[in-house]
Amino acid sequence: MSDAESPSDFDPTAQSFEPVQVFPNNEDMDLRPGADNCYKCTACDTSCPVAEVDEDFPGPKFQGPEQWRLKRKEDQAVDDSIMSCSNCMRCDNACPSSVPLSQMHNTARGEYVSEEMNKLSQEYIRNRILANYRFFAKIGSKVPRLSSAIMGNRLVREINERILGLPAEREFPAFATETFREWWSNRGGPKVRSEDKRVAYFHGCYSNFNTPEVGKAMVRVFESFGYEVVVPKQGCSGTPMFANGMLDDAKREAGITVENFSGLIDEGYDVIASCTSCSMSLKQEYPELFSMDGIEDLSAHTYEAMEYLRIHEDLHSAIEDASVDEQAYAYHAPCHARNQGLDRQAVELFRDLDGVIIEDVGDSCSGISGTYGWKKEKYENSMKIGEEMFDHMEHATGDVGMTECPTCSMQMEHGTGYDIKHPLQLLEEALVQ
Amino acid sequence: MAIHEDVLVIGGGIAGTTAALAAAETGAQVRLVTHKKSTLRQASGLIDVLGYAPDVDGPVSDPFAAIESLPEGHPYQLLGETAIRGGLTVFDEAVGEAYEGSHTDTNALLTTSGGAIKPTSRYPTSTAAGLVSDDRAMLIVGFRSLTDFDGELVADHLAAAGVPFSVDGVEIEVPGSYRADSRVTRIANALDLNKDLDYEGRALPAREAFAEVIKPHLGDADRVGLPAVLGDDHADEVRADLERHLGAAVFELPMGPPSYPGLRLEDILFDALDEAGVRLSDGNPAVGYEADGDAIDAIIVDQMNKEVPYSAEQVVLATGGLVGKGIDSDREGVREPVFDCHVPHPDDRYDWFVDDAFGEHPFAKFGVQIDEACKPLDGDGVPEFSNLRAAGGVVGGVDRTAEKSKSGVSLATGYVAGTAAGEAI
Repeated sequence: MSDAESPSDFDPTAQSFEPVQVFPNNEDMDLRPGADNCYKCTACDTSCPVAEVDEDFPGPKFQGPEQWRLKRKEDQAVDDSIMSCSNCMRCDNACPSSVPLSQMHNTARGEYVSEEMNKLSQEYIRNRILANYRFFAKIGSKVPRLSSAIMGNRLVREINERILGLPAEREFPAFATETFREWWSNRGGPKVRSEDKRVAYFHGCYSNFNTPEVGKAMVRVFESFGYEVVVPKQGCSGTPMFANGMLDDAKREAGITVENFSGLIDEGYDVIASCTSCSMSLKQEYPELFSMDGIEDLSAHTYEAMEYLRIHEDLHSAIEDASVDEQAYAYHAPCHARNQGLDRQAVELFRDLDGVIIEDVGDSCSGISGTYGWKKEKYENSMKIGEEMFDHMEHATGDVGMTECPTCSMQMEHGTGYDIKHPLQLLEEALVQ
Repeated sequence: MAIHEDVLVIGGGIAGTTAALAAAETGAQVRLVTHKKSTLRQASGLIDVLGYAPDVDGPVSDPFAAIESLPEGHPYQLLGETAIRGGLTVFDEAVGEAYEGSHTDTNALLTTSGGAIKPTSRYPTSTAAGLVSDDRAMLIVGFRSLTDFDGELVADHLAAAGVPFSVDGVEIEVPGSYRADSRVTRIANALDLNKDLDYEGRALPAREAFAEVIKPHLGDADRVGLPAVLGDDHADEVRADLERHLGAAVFELPMGPPSYPGLRLEDILFDALDEAGVRLSDGNPAVGYEADGDAIDAIIVDQMNKEVPYSAEQVVLATGGLVGKGIDSDREGVREPVFDCHVPHPDDRYDWFVDDAFGEHPFAKFGVQIDEACKPLDGDGVPEFSNLRAAGGVVGGVDRTAEKSKSGVSLATGYVAGTAAGEAI
């Protein structure tokens, strides 16, 4: 048995017991079974892209099960190294025992930020801004050309580095002159109505403010298969907030999304995301971190766009019958796609599309991990992690990149100068007349 | 159904990859579904066919000659020598020059990281200069920051075993500035990328710096054994450079996790799958199935709280044993979780083990029972399904650890299951 004290109502002779019964009054989420499942094989540490370049980062095994155990002692603060975890979640995918590593990291990081971090520090303010990208993008996109010009200015970038701790090397992505939601509303909403094939689109922040062409491609592809697409009101997926330990912000945004999607699920809509971090968050992190009505249901009805079509349509035959002008891609699978088991689908599908050459640039992390690479003290490590991907991209036949993740695409462009496309854009070209 | 293949293989270890390659060889369209990173990264990377057998004193010399001494019901007894040879052929073709040992049926003897001597059938080229049958003088080098491996201890063990060569051991400080508890991946990466390291106040490429630290201890040694962390993608170059700087042969001794020989084998096998046109889905577990009578229509994959059917004509179950979680147990019993295939075991769980730690534990043989076609059998000896076959660790009736037959059983069953599945299309 464990070193936990036996409370009086615990019956060790009961037919079956769950470890949580040892702590009967504990209302927090119980991470003990996860910690106990770790048999220290180091698969997580070997898979961690940050540990590979950052000698001072103790790795996911420490951040997860080991720190959880250390924390059983009173007055034990979360170690500040938790802020170097990039939330790529590769450890989840590596662990042969299904230890909920990223859940442990998210809870530890949330506790560190709320208990230990100085709320007036440059780091906290910068992280809060990065985490709440949606808020600032909403303001910036009101005057897209002006905002893009200001944020792209070299002097502004130097000032941003000094005052905010954002790396001057990085260029801010330009705001679209028409957001996806503006386009959707100008278009008059859905062009297809259906009683039995209906999806609700979670476009996320980036497709809305920066790359509306991805959102438009999603709508056109799904409508071409006869789906009714609706675009409900929605918050940020929370991904940048989890990564910065801003769990209250994430919970607020999750509340908005759950409220607006729950009713639709009851009416037979499935939820589709085009960004693999958004789908990751709705599928896994929401039910792991928050308990609210409808959140489990939302998780169980959320799919990534191509994942959904592959399950419900004969996408492969449609692609085999199609052809496009000759083009070649260097494809990078985002870590969050990997965790959903989606890292091979784009290459598997487009390999059979007439006119297309597509190569996988390997299983390394792009290094940007959302907001991680947007921090000046992490910039150098972010580029070191990305080196392998840049190198493989340059050796691939194609000189256009392809990925599902907005920040991976920023990093791919930053490291190689290539244009980057989303798989939905190629699907649209192949399948929509 | 949208996701459909001729043959679906569940599991991404040696058995699963062998089955997928064997099925693809017949011309079938194959998909391999695997949950997490393969347990190969915890394996030595050595391919043992049969190291010890009941009626043989000491290590087995010729595994094929020893098959007849194995108990009835043993997978080798059921499937025969051709199955083992078939599996080895699939393996040899997949790994090419990365492995040695295919020139003979006889077991090779290799040194382990504990200083023991181990019989094996196929071994990574990086370990080849460490053969115990070779009489060249040996130096074993350990790194102080690597507590799982002690060069002096390994050398003493080998000498005590009476090896036919002289052997010395030494512990060195690795060049460069590392934390005392630095991960082995950092050393492997430094060597792989040949980064500049600090050596006595000047910068030297990593491989040269390591060689400089080892050189003063070389003595009369013609070959130098090091823990198996000598690079990742460029391991052959790392070894060649070290050999050039040292003027001696260099070999690796396989280590515990993370095991580079295991990681490299995983990469090689997955590249071979790609080459063979096998489709891969990794990251989600197979949790159940849909059947029509005694034929499986589809397996159910849990894609994050969604049950997604993957349909196929033929299915191979290669989910591993107790460690790989292809066999599950709790206080109530032992089971195979995907298809609930029959797993023979005593009702009383106190009969699952014996008191002697190194005794013959019944649990070591837990797994599904198969017939000559690798079909799992129910309690009455009838195939559970008409189109399901099992391979690798999930197959019971063999104590792989005691026999040193784990990879061989995976190759033989993977070959038979994959070939039969492909030919049934």
